[in-house]
Amino acid sequence: MVLKGRTWRFGDDIDTDVIIPARYLNTSDPKELAAHCMEDADPEFARQVRPGDIVVAGNNFGCGSSREHAPLAIKAAGISCVVAATFARIFYRNALNIGLPILECPAAAGEIKAGEELEINLEEGKIINTTTGKVYQAAPFPKFMRELIAAGGLIPYVRSRLNC
Amino acid sequence: MTITEKILAAHAGKQEVKPGELINARVDLVLGNDITAPVAIKEFARIGVDKVFDPEAIALVPDHFTPNKDIKSAEQAKMVREFAKKYGIVHYFEVGKMGIEHCLLPEQGLVGPGDLVIGADSHTCTYGALGAFSTGVGSTDMAAGMALGEVWLKVPPSIRFHYYGTLPPWVGGKDLILYTIGRIGVDGALYSAMEFTGETVAALTMDDRFTMANMAIEAGAKNGIFPVDEKTLAYIDGRLKRPHKVYASDPEAEYAKEYEFDVSRLEPQVALPHLPENARPVSEITDVRIDQVVIGSCTNGRMKDLREAAQLLKGRRVHPEVRLIVIPGTQEIYLQALKEGLITDFIEAGGVVSTPTCGPCLGGYMGILAHGERAVATTNRNFVGRMGHPESEVYLAGPAVAAASAVKGRIAHPEEVSGNGA
Ligand code: SF4
Repeated sequence: MVLKGRTWRFGDDIDTDVIIPARYLNTSDPKELAAHCMEDADPEFARQVRPGDIVVAGNNFGCGSSREHAPLAIKAAGISCVVAATFARIFYRNALNIGLPILECPAAAGEIKAGEELEINLEEGKIINTTTGKVYQAAPFPKFMRELIAAGGLIPYVRSRLNC
Repeated sequence: MTITEKILAAHAGKQEVKPGELINARVDLVLGNDITAPVAIKEFARIGVDKVFDPEAIALVPDHFTPNKDIKSAEQAKMVREFAKKYGIVHYFEVGKMGIEHCLLPEQGLVGPGDLVIGADSHTCTYGALGAFSTGVGSTDMAAGMALGEVWLKVPPSIRFHYYGTLPPWVGGKDLILYTIGRIGVDGALYSAMEFTGETVAALTMDDRFTMANMAIEAGAKNGIFPVDEKTLAYIDGRLKRPHKVYASDPEAEYAKEYEFDVSRLEPQVALPHLPENARPVSEITDVRIDQVVIGSCTNGRMKDLREAAQLLKGRRVHPEVRLIVIPGTQEIYLQALKEGLITDFIEAGGVVSTPTCGPCLGGYMGILAHGERAVATTNRNFVGRMGHPESEVYLAGPAVAAASAVKGRIAHPEEVSGNGA
C-alpha cells in the first residue's frame, strides 16, 4: 500500500490528552472525536487537515492514557499514517489493533518539516520525501504484526482464530 | 529470569521467555471503565461471539464520569451496565459500590501475586505492587481479551530500580516515583518493565507501593513490579478469593539497565507542568501560588494518603484563596476515613469531600481549572489541559505537600505547616 500526503509536524511527548482531550471522552463517535483532534496543540488542525495527510512527530508519540479514542480520532480526521521517532507502547498497539498505519523512523522524524509531501510504502517501511527527494527506511514490523495488519486489525484476527 | 519474565512465561505455557519475544498469554483478569469499555463493547459485537470467555474474570468499573456528569456519559455508563447484565459479568461495580478502578480491584481481592491482568486503562500497571504482571491496553485489546481470555504481548526487557536508605519524614512512594521519573524521563522505561527493589522499598507500606507501580506508565513502562513479601501477603490475606503464586527474580536475572538511588536525604518532590518528569525538591518552588488542591485519584486516594493529609489539615484552615477537593478512592476507604474522623478534619478545615470518582484527575468534572489557574494534585499527569483549560497548570505531589500547600496557599513543604519533624 502506498500512501501519499502532506505533513503536519509535532514535537516530542505528544500525549493522548493533547491528541484528544478528556473533556470530549463522553462520546466514542469517531467523527465527534476527530473534530477535536490535536485541539490543545494546534487549534487549526481539525479544521484544516485533509484526507491522506500524514502526522510526523518526535519521541514518545501518544504517551499517557490508554484511550483508543486517540488513534481513532487521528484516523477519523483523515490522517493516513503517523511517522514518529518512537511511540508510547499503548498507542503503538492500539494503532495496530485498529488499523491506523504507523512507522517508527527517527531519521525521518528528525528531518521532515511541516507541509512537505511524502510517499510511504507501508510494507517496505520506505518513506520518500517528494519535496526534498530524501528517502528514509523505517524498521520493518515483526511477522505477527504484519499478519495483524494484513488481517485488518485485531478484531478480524480474533474472528479468524475463533472460527478455527 | 526476572519476575516479569516468569509470570509471562507461565501464562504463555512456556518454560522460558526472552525480552523482545512475542507471546500469546492467558489472562486472569480483564478490566474496563466507563470510557474504554463502551468502545470495547462495540468491538466485542463485531467479533460475533455470544459469550465472554469467563464472566468471573472481567471487571467493569464505571468511575471516570460517574455518578454521571452529563447525558452523553450517562449513555456510556448505561451501555456498560447493560453489557454486564447481558453477559453475566460478576464484577460489575455500580455507583454506590464502585471506586476508582485501581484502588478498587486490589481492595476487593480481584488481583493477586503472579496474576496476569490487562486493563483498558493505562494505570492498570498499579497491581504490580502485588507482584502481578499488569498492563494497560486499548479497548480493542479488551474486546479480544473478553472473547478469548488471551492477549498478545511483547516480552519487555526489565530495568531494575534499587533504593536504599531510610526515607526522611513526609517522604513517601509518590516522592520516590516522581524523583525516579525525573531522573529517567517520561520515556526512560519505554516498552520496559520497571522492577522496584531494595531496603527502602521493603520498608514501604502497600499503599506507597501502589502509588509507585501506578506511575510506571508515566516513564513509558509496560509494567511496574515489586517483590512479594510479608506485607503483600498480609494485604491479600482475607481479600483474595483465588489461589495465587509467588514469583521472584533469579539472582542471575538479566536487566537491560540498573539504577541505584540513595534516598536517605530525598526531599518531597513536585513535578512542574507539563510533564511528570519535571520533578524538583519542594523547597525550590515554594513561591508558586495556587488556586486548587486535589487529593485523591488512583495514585493517592488510599487510606495512608488521606491519613497523611488529615494529619496536616486537622485543626488548621485551608487558605482563603484555595479550593481543597478530597476524593477517597473507594467506598470502603471513604467509610474508613469517616470512622477515623478524617472526613470531619477535611470539612472543618474548609475542604470539600467527594464520593469516589476520577473526576478532576482527567479534567472530567468535580474541579475543573479555569484559564490561568494552578493546582497542586496528588494525581499522576500534569499534561497540557489535563485538569481543565489548556492554559491551566497542574503540579504533581504527594498528599503531604498537597495538604501543606492547601493551608499555605502556595506550594509548601509539609514541615512549614507541621513544624520540624513529623
Ligand atoms: S484517577 Fe485519574 S489516572 Fe486514575 S484511572 Fe481515574 S482518570 Fe485515570
